[in-house]
Amino acid sequence: MYKLTIGLEVHCEVKTNSKNFSSARNEYSDNPNTNVDTVDIGLPGILPVVNKEAFRKSLKMALALNCKTPDVVMFDRKNYYYPDLPKGYQITQMEKPVGVDGYVMINVDDKDIKVGIHDIHLEEDTASMEHNDGYSLIDYNRAGVPLLETVTTPSIHSANEAIAFLEILKGIFLYTDVSEARTELGQMRVDVNVNIRDEFDNNLTPRVEMKNINSFNNVKLAIESEEKRQIDLIEQGRANEVVQETRRFDEEKLETLSMRSKVDAVDYKYYIEPNIPPIKIDDEWINAIKKEIPMLQYDRINIYINEYGLSRYDATVIVKEKSISDYFEETIKLGCNPKSSANWVTGMILGYINKNELKIDDIYLTPKMLVELIEMVDKGEISSKQSKQVFTKCLEEGMEPKKIVKKLGLTQITDDKVIRDIVVKVLDEHPDLIIDHKKGKNTFDFFVGQVMKATRGQANPGITANIIREEIDKR
Amino acid sequence: MKTIMELRADLDNKKVTSEELFKEANKKAHEYQDEYNSFVTIIDEYKKNESDSLINGIPYSLKDNISTKGILTTSSSNILKDYIPVYDATVYKKLKNAGAVLVGKTVLDELAMGGTGTTANTGIVKNPWDKTRQIGGSSAGSAASVALGITPFSIASDTGDSIRKPAAFGGVVGFKPTYGRISRYGLFAFASSLDHVGCLTRCVEDCAIVTDILKGKDERDMTSLPDDGVKYHDMLKNDIKGKKLFYIKEITDKELYKDASEETKKVLDKFKETIDKCKELGFIVEEVSIDEKLLKAIYPSYMTISCAEATSNNSNLTGIIFGPRGEGNTINDIMFDARTKGFSELIKRRFILGSYILLKENQERLFKNAQRLRRIIVNKMNDLFKEYDAMILPTSGGVAPKFDSDIDRMSDRYLILENHMAIGNFGGYPSITIPNGFVDDMPIGINITGPQFMDGEVLNIAYKIEEHLGFKGLGKE
Repeated sequence: MYKLTIGLEVHCEVKTNSKNFSSARNEYSDNPNTNVDTVDIGLPGILPVVNKEAFRKSLKMALALNCKTPDVVMFDRKNYYYPDLPKGYQITQMEKPVGVDGYVMINVDDKDIKVGIHDIHLEEDTASMEHNDGYSLIDYNRAGVPLLETVTTPSIHSANEAIAFLEILKGIFLYTDVSEARTELGQMRVDVNVNIRDEFDNNLTPRVEMKNINSFNNVKLAIESEEKRQIDLIEQGRANEVVQETRRFDEEKLETLSMRSKVDAVDYKYYIEPNIPPIKIDDEWINAIKKEIPMLQYDRINIYINEYGLSRYDATVIVKEKSISDYFEETIKLGCNPKSSANWVTGMILGYINKNELKIDDIYLTPKMLVELIEMVDKGEISSKQSKQVFTKCLEEGMEPKKIVKKLGLTQITDDKVIRDIVVKVLDEHPDLIIDHKKGKNTFDFFVGQVMKATRGQANPGITANIIREEIDKR
Repeated sequence: MKTIMELRADLDNKKVTSEELFKEANKKAHEYQDEYNSFVTIIDEYKKNESDSLINGIPYSLKDNISTKGILTTSSSNILKDYIPVYDATVYKKLKNAGAVLVGKTVLDELAMGGTGTTANTGIVKNPWDKTRQIGGSSAGSAASVALGITPFSIASDTGDSIRKPAAFGGVVGFKPTYGRISRYGLFAFASSLDHVGCLTRCVEDCAIVTDILKGKDERDMTSLPDDGVKYHDMLKNDIKGKKLFYIKEITDKELYKDASEETKKVLDKFKETIDKCKELGFIVEEVSIDEKLLKAIYPSYMTISCAEATSNNSNLTGIIFGPRGEGNTINDIMFDARTKGFSELIKRRFILGSYILLKENQERLFKNAQRLRRIIVNKMNDLFKEYDAMILPTSGGVAPKFDSDIDRMSDRYLILENHMAIGNFGGYPSITIPNGFVDDMPIGINITGPQFMDGEVLNIAYKIEEHLGFKGLGKE
């Protein structure tokens, strides 16, 4: 048996106003080299000053990942020479990071799986470089941007699990407002470690690392191709050809290519950053941060399924964005039937906001209005078809559903006597069609249509049909 | 040359103007430059801010490893020979705001590494008392600038003894306060955990005046201390009767130096005389014995830690963003070339040592052990400071060495005697060197080091001893 074993290292940029150790703006998509401070380009004599917001957010993320937080957090230096690293060292955390020994729950194919978090640490991003023919350009806007690195234990065993973990992790970044976690902007980058073990967890191949993969889909493809490569080599009796190394995933060839082997691995000469005194973390601070962490996706999904009776699919769709999930939950708080609310949210509302590229908080229909709309349908005041019309009008005209119903005169007629009077009148006008009906011809729809015409469509269709049947039977 | 307070009186009494003082200093700086080589840059334009501080209108010099916006700052290294900073160090900003007038940027041992004043890219600095001798380093130009009477004070840095050693050889006062008392923002880092900003002056009082102005919390330096809310200047005349001093037997006992030169013996005699004078003053002075092994560990621990930190701190000097651009076909070749050409052999040796020390396989044995030794030494000192107010020791085993002398003071014994002042950097202690008279017509010094945060107390003790010894305002003009 081959047991695919995966560990992930996820870099994610933290959302802050300024950089991790300088006061330059954290906006690296601005014009190149416009958000650069003396600290970011490592001029002689500069000193780092820890960004409180970045630090607080990294603690928040550590807690959201169920990590233990140390009494004292320290920073370390990782030393290497490259032009994207102006100081010649990166300030990171080795000895005492913001969080260690945590976990995240994921669900794959209806199975709950615990993914271990080895540690999470706060560091600084490097400059971005563009290599051209004969020259390279460096943009220091990104140098010093706060970066959180989440390192899992080797507790992931399929490409799907890896993707599920990344989705959940991204969700946590978004729910906690620590990062925007936009992979398409390179805000979230993934290093993947892959090897093959046997059923007793003995390594059959050494760990192979693939660095800086920028989309979840490529993570999946990279894992699958590396899994295949390693297993193929094992089966051919060439397992020894798998070496501990860094490989690059080639998106076009859909395969991994060797970059550098362990033999020339860099020694980063880590040591404690002397310019940042140890930062004490007390319980009060931790508790205050804990209070800011909302209920996360995994727990919400379980409540939606187990308490509200939603399908996993719907639950997953709703929790994708916190604002949508919060909206949904607000309707439940207002007494709405969860299934009706879920139908509306995943159907009409998501359809509308996706089509118009809106956020749920931007639309006119508040959770309270949605609850009212659903109640009108449930009470038979308007038909389900009408409710969709009301929904569209509400969003287009910015008017409450109740007012729209009134304005359009959409309120249904459910009064038995009123409808019966009209039915009797319609039947009286068409005795011949009653005979046709009794002979088996379908004239029933005609009678319904006439009643609707007489009531401008406001007669409740169900009640109308029943009364027509009763009145025909009487004749 | 007058002290700050004497010049203050002259200025206040309108006997002289600030501009006249500057012009005189500027003239002397130029006059002495060929002979002694104190400066990298001499400022010719008189520029000052208005202030009512005690140093308002007083000329001063600044070590050339402190960032000055728009003024060349080279750290006496070829790799920064044309570097003009775009920002001001916190100390420079404070000095400007206090109305002090910058006369020049002083020569140092390249990148502040070294204790001879002979390794600057612009040449050696000579001792004003004897041009055939070193002034010591790394704050060589700063010491010379004060000893020559060009400026009454100079601001410099001290990582092992870089202020206090040249102060002793130049017959002036050198003080580095508690670690963090003065912001390091803008000081070109050598070894961050050991680096201090401090001052060289003509008298202890001037050290107090300057430190009062420079100290305080700096939001740009996370290791800086909150202001202690006292004025050291006000504490100088406090009564010292009954204060307890100690000196270390293993460093000062003449019996241990049987084969030593006459010079060393005279230095130790002089020290003993001073101890007696301290007792006359009312100090309780006691001899303390410290495990010699621990004392022998000071120098290697210091070298190990400082080289390691220096390697990392100077990794920004690649010629990519600033500094002379190297040649080559790859990024690595370009950086390699810039660093090969930019640093002297001595510096490269330190960097290689530092890299080696930090290698994963060596860290435990070298770097971490050096840090442990540092911790043990500091613990020992802290224990002693529970009982004593300060430690008093000779600054060196002799007078300033000759340029051509083979340094014969290389035995373990001398290694301790010559390098014990790094204790002050290990513990971040306030530490001051004051003149202790002459041996063979050359000035020698004594060092007084006190517990962390007790800057005012150390200055108070030094002030009283200085007063009693009568070498205030020494200096070769």
